[in-house]
Amino acid sequence: MLAILDYKAGNQTSVRRALDSLGIACEITADPQRIRAASGLVFPGVGAAGQAMGQLRSSGLDQALADHIAAGKPLLGICVGCQIMLDYCQENDTRTLGIVPGECRMFNPSWADEDGVPIRVPHMGWNSVRLKNPAEPLFAGIDPAAEFYFVHSYYPAPAPEYVLGTTAYGIEFCSVHGREGLWAVQFHPEKSGRPGLALLANFAAYCKEAARAQ
Amino acid sequence: MLSKRVIPCLDVRDGRLTKGIKFKDNIDIGDPVATARTYYEEGADELVFYDITASHEGRGIMLKVVEQVARQIFIPFSVGGGIATVEQMRDVLLAGAEKVSINSPAVKDPDLISKGAAAFGSQCIVVGMDVLAVPPSDQCPSGYEIVIHGGRQRMGMDAVQWAKTAEALGAGELCVNSIDADGTKAGYELKLTRMICDAVSIPVIASGGAGTPQHMADACQEGRASAALIASIVHYGEYSIRDCKNVMKARGVKVREVW
Repeated sequence: MLAILDYKAGNQTSVRRALDSLGIACEITADPQRIRAASGLVFPGVGAAGQAMGQLRSSGLDQALADHIAAGKPLLGICVGCQIMLDYCQENDTRTLGIVPGECRMFNPSWADEDGVPIRVPHMGWNSVRLKNPAEPLFAGIDPAAEFYFVHSYYPAPAPEYVLGTTAYGIEFCSVHGREGLWAVQFHPEKSGRPGLALLANFAAYCKEAARAQ
Repeated sequence: MLSKRVIPCLDVRDGRLTKGIKFKDNIDIGDPVATARTYYEEGADELVFYDITASHEGRGIMLKVVEQVARQIFIPFSVGGGIATVEQMRDVLLAGAEKVSINSPAVKDPDLISKGAAAFGSQCIVVGMDVLAVPPSDQCPSGYEIVIHGGRQRMGMDAVQWAKTAEALGAGELCVNSIDADGTKAGYELKLTRMICDAVSIPVIASGGAGTPQHMADACQEGRASAALIASIVHYGEYSIRDCKNVMKARGVKVREVW
């Protein structure tokens, strides 16, 4: 069973629909006991970082998240979830969770894309990911040319050793960070068609395997 | 590099497509859910549902359609048509749409844009604009005027100025529809598309006039649009989404090729 963290700042329902379509057992929950019982946790999020952090702290779920990680169990952060796993976000000048060292910065509309045209902010639409390690288990079986759906105005900038994948948009920014079993993706796998669903299935399979090994 | 998006638009009335959609295999279907599924499989990057229902009952039916679509397709989609309150936006987003598109109600009450952006985030709020070419005047110096109610009512508002206002109020994206080009299949109104794209820094969807995939490439290159909205050219089987993308790619437009 996967848990989807319910802190009222997310796209929990679209994540659940995607997992449902794959036949992966999951529940949207804010109950620390249910989270403890889960083999893995999906940490979604949309909207502003400041608001998401506020919701997380006021619900006490930042602790449930910390406990889950301390127990060595797999986590997948998505979009704002991915951003607030870092130390700090420029958006609303927000001190964030500090699970992964680094910060989240705003795209600059004066940057130009590869065609020389200024980028638009938000970065909205389909873009590809260059993996540091082509054998990254989260992306197993996914065509390297596959694209994922992004929608964000701020981008993660973690410490270099945590950068797992990058995407070109004005600059080459980090779109996948963390380490094995503690992944964060800036794009929305639940809205990225088959490649996104494959990524979620890989995460679920990893969680199952990790639970068996424990 | 970010791909340019290909976005089929489906008109829905009382839960059914207003025109039978004919795919290349010539099957006519009026079911918006099955049609959405087909476009998803064929590589559409996003979908737009335009609800032309006026009645309260029809709105409830539309929400059921949205729920079913959200369970079956895993790309973003937006819903537009008649959304005039934050509550209506909430209903559509909770039913599973990524974005809501607001048009005439935003012109009449621009605060609706900021209220929607504050409640759900700018990324959820698409402002749709229907635009008519007019002789440049003090009122409309760009030579493009905002019209509402499907083009029936001229508002005496400059389209480029309105685009900037919508962006400042928190719109996450604009969908710019040329009333003059709509239905002609003679190509998008490129001058308008380019003027709006150069005036704002949020993404712009070009709408109205697509007759060939070349037109879509023009909208993205000359017009600088982030996405091309299409309807009849794919609805009646003239082109598949893949055909459109192949032509765009051959013209040097970056498109998503793996799905």
